[in-house]
Amino acid sequence: MFNKILIANRGEIACRVIKTARKMGIKTVAIYSDADKHALHVKMADEAIHIGPPPANQSYIVIDKVMAAIKESGAEAVHPGYGFLSENAKFAEALAAAGVAFIGPPQGAIESMGDKITSKKIAQDAGVSTVPGYMGLIEDAEEAVKISNDIGYPVMIKASAGGGGKGMRIAWNDDEAREGFQSSKNEAANSFGDDRIFIEKFVTQPRHIEIQVLCDTHGNGVYLHERECSIQRRNQKVVEEAPSPFLDEATRKAMGEQSLALAHAVGYASAGTVEFIVDGDKNFYFLEMNTRLQVEHPVTELITGVDLVEQMIRVAAGEKLPMKQEDLTINGWAIENRLYAEDPYRNFLPSIGRLTRYRPPMEVAAGPMLDAGTWHDDAPSGETGVRNDTGVFEGGEISMYYDPMIAKLCTWGADRAAAIEAMRVALDRFEVEGIGHNLPFVAAVMDHPKFVSGDMTTAFIAEEYPDGFDGVTLDEGELKRVAAACAAMHRVGEIRRTRVSGRMDNHERKVGADWNVALQGQSYDVVIAADADGSTVRFPDGTEHRVEGDWTPGNPLADMLVDGAPLVLKVGKISGGFNIRTRGAELKVHVRSPRQAELAKLMPEKLPPDTSKMLLCPMPGLIVKVDVEVGQEVQEGQALCTVEAMKMENILRAERKGVVSKINASAGDSFAVDDVIMEFE
Amino acid sequence: MKDILSELEDRRDGARLGGGQKRIDAQHGRGKLTARERIDLLLDEGSFEEFDMFVTHRCTDFGMEQQKPAGDGVVTGWGTINGRQVYVFSQDFTVLGGSVSATHAAKIVKIMDMAMENGAPVIGINDSGGARIQEGVDSLAGYGDVFERNIRASGVVPQISVIMGPCAGGAVYSPAMTDFIFMVKDSSYMFVTGPDVVKTVTNEQVTAEELGGASTHTKKSSVADGAFENDVEALAEVRRLVDFLPLNNREMPPVRPFFDDPARVENSLDTLVPENPNQPYDMKELILKLADEGDFYEIQEDFAKNIITGFIRLEGRTVGVVANQPMVLAGVLDIDSARKAARFVRFCDCFEIPLLTLVDVPGFLPGTSQEYGGVIKHGAKLLYAYGEATVPKVTVITRKAYGGAYVVMASKHLRADFNYAWPTAEVAVMGAKGATEIIHRGDLGDPEKIAQHTKDYEDRFANPFVAAERGFIDEVIMPHSTRKRVARAFASLRSKKQKLPWKKHDNIPL
Repeated sequence: MFNKILIANRGEIACRVIKTARKMGIKTVAIYSDADKHALHVKMADEAIHIGPPPANQSYIVIDKVMAAIKESGAEAVHPGYGFLSENAKFAEALAAAGVAFIGPPQGAIESMGDKITSKKIAQDAGVSTVPGYMGLIEDAEEAVKISNDIGYPVMIKASAGGGGKGMRIAWNDDEAREGFQSSKNEAANSFGDDRIFIEKFVTQPRHIEIQVLCDTHGNGVYLHERECSIQRRNQKVVEEAPSPFLDEATRKAMGEQSLALAHAVGYASAGTVEFIVDGDKNFYFLEMNTRLQVEHPVTELITGVDLVEQMIRVAAGEKLPMKQEDLTINGWAIENRLYAEDPYRNFLPSIGRLTRYRPPMEVAAGPMLDAGTWHDDAPSGETGVRNDTGVFEGGEISMYYDPMIAKLCTWGADRAAAIEAMRVALDRFEVEGIGHNLPFVAAVMDHPKFVSGDMTTAFIAEEYPDGFDGVTLDEGELKRVAAACAAMHRVGEIRRTRVSGRMDNHERKVGADWNVALQGQSYDVVIAADADGSTVRFPDGTEHRVEGDWTPGNPLADMLVDGAPLVLKVGKISGGFNIRTRGAELKVHVRSPRQAELAKLMPEKLPPDTSKMLLCPMPGLIVKVDVEVGQEVQEGQALCTVEAMKMENILRAERKGVVSKINASAGDSFAVDDVIMEFE
Repeated sequence: MKDILSELEDRRDGARLGGGQKRIDAQHGRGKLTARERIDLLLDEGSFEEFDMFVTHRCTDFGMEQQKPAGDGVVTGWGTINGRQVYVFSQDFTVLGGSVSATHAAKIVKIMDMAMENGAPVIGINDSGGARIQEGVDSLAGYGDVFERNIRASGVVPQISVIMGPCAGGAVYSPAMTDFIFMVKDSSYMFVTGPDVVKTVTNEQVTAEELGGASTHTKKSSVADGAFENDVEALAEVRRLVDFLPLNNREMPPVRPFFDDPARVENSLDTLVPENPNQPYDMKELILKLADEGDFYEIQEDFAKNIITGFIRLEGRTVGVVANQPMVLAGVLDIDSARKAARFVRFCDCFEIPLLTLVDVPGFLPGTSQEYGGVIKHGAKLLYAYGEATVPKVTVITRKAYGGAYVVMASKHLRADFNYAWPTAEVAVMGAKGATEIIHRGDLGDPEKIAQHTKDYEDRFANPFVAAERGFIDEVIMPHSTRKRVARAFASLRSKKQKLPWKKHDNIPL
């Protein structure tokens, strides 16, 4: 076994690999750019080597720099993580030349699977079901249109070297095919330095289901069942689970065996993933093979108990796989939510910056990973499991240079319902402040009936949230539970206020039992009966909710039991109440005495100003340039001004035709979020 | 006998109705509560004890003898806020427009005198059309009496004004002399002369809201210390403020139970100060992470944002915080920020509220507008206020502490008790670049030499240790332990006694 390995990556995946290496007694070497000087993976590794400026193309993906770091550290093997150099055959070649083991598949497998056209041919030859499409190189847009017509619309135009949705377009007609070809080509050239494009049939009712395979260098291979990753936003996976709620045993077996056949066909050795698209009739088509560890690998680990990173390292060290196909059963259900620093209310605009507060839920060990002794940290064990793979920390920075991922939160349960419920609670317990994040959005997905029933396609987000995400509305049952908890919490806070020094003896304030709770447009007059263990909150309709918990004033997280079931609230302060986030809903909750409530009704409702005729600053930044003048008529899409935020220039464009009536900004001004830059007539 | 008792109830009911249901409805229609409703929300339920409910004016001119409403347009008395005594007057706009007569003023004066004698704060709720013109000079005399009580009570008991309607003309000078003024957005305004007079005299067209609304006074003039959405919120927040304040200048600030570990470690503070010295960071994060339960009551939030002032609690005890805000103008001191902070420091010193100063200041703002505006005299106010303050003073330098501004910001030289610095602190006469350009003027043409000189200067002075070697910094502390260190510092100063030489009063550069 290796004594020391280098992790040619950053963020959560570097931390993930370090955890397993440490468990195996292997020393670890981190590499870092200037932007990651204080990053978590640097702190966790035994040593760390600086490899250049923040942009990845000047640090993490510069093969010479990584090779120099390997040499300097004396690492015997390299784990590439995902992204960066993980599927770079040249890197594998350089390692081989230097006599350093690559914790990944052989160079040949990377090469043949790295090219979408070649990989599809190999797959076809290996008897894997593939999507109808054109495999040859396409010269120009007109040829692309012709091919698209031959296949029949809709078609998918893809970059040969692509991945993660980059360089990918769907075309429903000739114009879109022409345009999609050109933009895919440009994007591919910029992102991958390889502008080859191919076209294939676009499958309807598609679900994204992938098979995890694991092979050694002795010709042994197993598949570790499937992961379903249909919940995607613009081809970027958001929610993943294992197993898939859609597959039956026969389909699973067929997909698994075809995947293994493909792996063997390319002499695969290591962990790899064969991605399929599955239509409504359970026809599955090969998409591509990822010759690396996938982002979503934890869900597979959680249902099989296999530590994939450990197996990758062992395979790279020449060991034989310890398990056989029949050992690999599906045990329970695992779900992963990817938490991103993206503001769901602003069309998922990346929200980079400082994490002023970052408190993930406590990890709980459960399921096969615990049984197999492969749980990474010494978490307490429980009925359901919580695992959080992260590369950030409170006080750390989500940098503009890399993927804005905060963490991968996974839960395990004996069945899908248990895993989903555990996820809901874990999301509620997750505290992130300082940046925008998609916690409310993924929480909304966890409660979406279609997701809950398992009835989803890759178009789920586009179809269910066509106009973007504007928050969650709680149903009345849930709302009353929140109201009951807030009333009880407010009362605790008010009682504490009466304990201030300097009171008039015998004339203290008595905190009453009657309160009014206003939230989400509803108002409830409640009566609180408190005892030593908690409070019973009675509603006007006679229903009662029992609230228990040890929340104290100022605690930003209220972990309560309402009627014996967990209710977790993220608590912020507002005048006369709380800002609450729970189950994806963000609520202003006012708790008032009956007299306050009576008089509050007399207060005028102040409508927020109509912003439909204003250009608001979408992020804090500096105005670089104003492109229009007062009185000027602007067309939809016309550039209005440029805002620089975090060294990136963002051009703000007119949403519709109009005439500029007022401009509040000039070059050099700094603006906060939602400041009015200009107004229209 | 029963009739006599019920007559009292009848008279009370009449008085409670103020200007009658129609006017009450009109008041509600303007989004405003009545004088008594406001008192209900300000004080603990059932705690209000009224004075002078049956007082009427004595004017007989212009038909005034025909209308003599009980209470004469102001409700006065005392009650409690979370069990602590306060005095209150609340002007009743439904009664003769809340106009101030001799008797109206006398009611206010009566409770102010009692407040001073009994050592309890005075909270005034202003909603008045102005002087009662029918009374002429009697009304003016009334104002004068109230002003004089405001002055006499200043520094004896906290005085809080809540402007919940019009407050115009001479009337503004009563709130102006109190410690805090709060306004209600869209339904209150304050000005010395109204829009009509402004138009006649200067031809300026301006609305009452633009001239003296909450936005104007919280952002531009700094007359008001805060503004709230409506009456209900305003009164709830005044209660919250009172929880921070001592009842009078003979008592210590209040203490209340707290649910926060005084030794709480905040590792994230170790990365608060960015590596690039020109990159801003939010000082409010530090304040919120130091404070008990993250609770901060900010004063003048919207004015001179380059300095932050407000109240927190440490171990349940009130502490006044003054902090440079690097997010705005790099946290520079200027006329506005110096005035804002100086007044806050003096309030805290009046009422024995310890002062925590968080320093990241690159100096004073240069420029003609500052010099012509008298930055020398205004900057001196803050220097003076810190120097004369005898309350416990704890200072933490997080980053820059340059030049004269370093001395101003509660430095050791102004008798601060604890002067802490983070390892990222730079206590120096100015930034390295500027210093180099002066010291090595001859090398200005040679960028390489200048870069070397700058580095030399940085190595020598861009740290807290030169100041620490001289004892100007008592201790260099880890950012993550700041709450614990500051809390312990204040704990050690609870019986601090410091006296200034006898003087009639000082002569602060006003």
